[in-house]
Amino acid sequence: MKKIYHNPVGESKYTGFLFVLPFLAGFLIFGIYPFIVSFLLSLTDYSMNGKPEFTGLENFKRLVTDSDFHKAVGVTLKYIILLVPLKLIVSLGTALLLSMNIRGMGFFRTIYYIPSILGSNISVAIMWSFLFTSDGLVNQILDKLGIMPVSWYGESTPAIFMIVLLRVWEFGSTMIIFLSALNDIPRELYDSARVDGAGKIRTFFSITLPMLRNVIFVNLVMQTITAFQEFNAPFMITGGNPMKNTYTVSMLIYDEAFRYYDIGYANAVSWVLFTLTALFILMLFRFTKKFRAGDV
Amino acid sequence: MKHIKKILVYIILSALGIFMLYPVIWLIGASFKSNSEIFSSIWFMPESFDFTPYINGWKTSGAYTMGHYFMNTFRIVVPKVIFSVISSTLTAYGFAMYDFPFKRLIFGCLMCMLFMPQTVMLLPSYMMWNYFDMLDTYIPLILPSLFASEGMFVFMLIQFFKAVPKEIGEASRIDGCGALKRLVLIYIPCIKPAVISVAVFTFLWSMNDFIAPLIYISSVGKYPLTLALRMSADSTGQGYEYNKIIAMSVLGLIPSVSVFAIAQKYFIQDITAGGLK
Repeated sequence: MKKIYHNPVGESKYTGFLFVLPFLAGFLIFGIYPFIVSFLLSLTDYSMNGKPEFTGLENFKRLVTDSDFHKAVGVTLKYIILLVPLKLIVSLGTALLLSMNIRGMGFFRTIYYIPSILGSNISVAIMWSFLFTSDGLVNQILDKLGIMPVSWYGESTPAIFMIVLLRVWEFGSTMIIFLSALNDIPRELYDSARVDGAGKIRTFFSITLPMLRNVIFVNLVMQTITAFQEFNAPFMITGGNPMKNTYTVSMLIYDEAFRYYDIGYANAVSWVLFTLTALFILMLFRFTKKFRAGDV
Repeated sequence: MKHIKKILVYIILSALGIFMLYPVIWLIGASFKSNSEIFSSIWFMPESFDFTPYINGWKTSGAYTMGHYFMNTFRIVVPKVIFSVISSTLTAYGFAMYDFPFKRLIFGCLMCMLFMPQTVMLLPSYMMWNYFDMLDTYIPLILPSLFASEGMFVFMLIQFFKAVPKEIGEASRIDGCGALKRLVLIYIPCIKPAVISVAVFTFLWSMNDFIAPLIYISSVGKYPLTLALRMSADSTGQGYEYNKIIAMSVLGLIPSVSVFAIAQKYFIQDITAGGLK
């Protein structure tokens, strides 16, 4: 059977193809090609000079016993578990407050959005590292409140929490997504709930939350993927210290590749990170199946 | 009762607002402070406004002034913005307006691109540029944007193109407009907020880009602002003259903040309104 192409009359079925050609070329060169090469290199011993030497699964065997790698995976998972729920709750909570019809909402929305546009700007990282020094702003405030100052750089949990706080502070773009989803919930649903005598809390759990579940899921997946690849903040703020307690898998890849020139091993770690991310996301899909609406 | 609740909401919103903005305000204040004052006062206002941190920071202790690094950054960012806008718009136009062979498959590639992990791609890309002898140039940073490399933007633009009423395009076709002319004269004016969003976000992301320049650029004279700031933060280390680094960090925020301020009325709502539907 001949396929029919619904194009503007008189235009060839290849016109559209021409338009997307640059993307397709880019996808092959900057997407597929590195992806495959990376996998092939993970099976070799290669130091950027000379030729890659095929070593089979040697790199992956090394992963099993590499304590630095184990630690980095632990740190990355801990980071994700601390960050993702906190960030989602803060952004959803703020979006709910902003969706109440009050004056000056645009003003607040802009203020909350600003940190997220600065993102991982180096200036922000420098600022953050100053805020959390032993006599920095945060400890000065804690001191004023009569709380023991925290050694943010010296202990493992505060150090990781400092980076989590930076990323939570940048919740603006997640909040905006929630906000537009909230605005899309049909008013009639709320009206009929009120007629039925449902209270505020009841309405939230039976209307708002169910209507938002797909957006929550999209944000959850996006935040998790980004968190798995965290590099900039720990690299710039803590350098992975103390005792590699903020040393993420991405930092390990960077060090193996660009400090020790162990390209084969670095690629093997990259692939394990990719597989871990994919598995984790798959698990999220599984576990949230019951809670999601059918179409995601 | 209703008033009390409203006031309560305002109090929460304002408290959060202060929490969000105070670090930035404190940073600006600290850039005028003396080094001892930075660590002794939580109040943002400096005792006196001293511009020497800015003057000394701008001169830097190295061979180049900060102006040089600013220029380097713009030499990367400006072409990236232009290329990214053109390539994403063309690609999105093709997907949104035409049927063509393998369209579903190619669209699948686009979705794939959204989820590909940066860390996996970085090393082979690095080696590819090494092979072409283009390390320590801006080409590896700029060139990918010619190929609609940000799937997110294409995805967003497609939604906007599809929202343009069909009749508008049809009318112009009857008037004898070709495919490209129709895009430029008819469609782009219709989706201006989306195109501006692509430009703004490319600008912001490239201003903040850190790991790519860190890997590709090795000579100090070619450092963009991000690397230069990091270098000066590192070289100051545990010593003194923190205010100098802080002053330069403040300058480093100015381009992003001003672009955001100028463009925000065009895009802050539309970007997500179109992007997620």
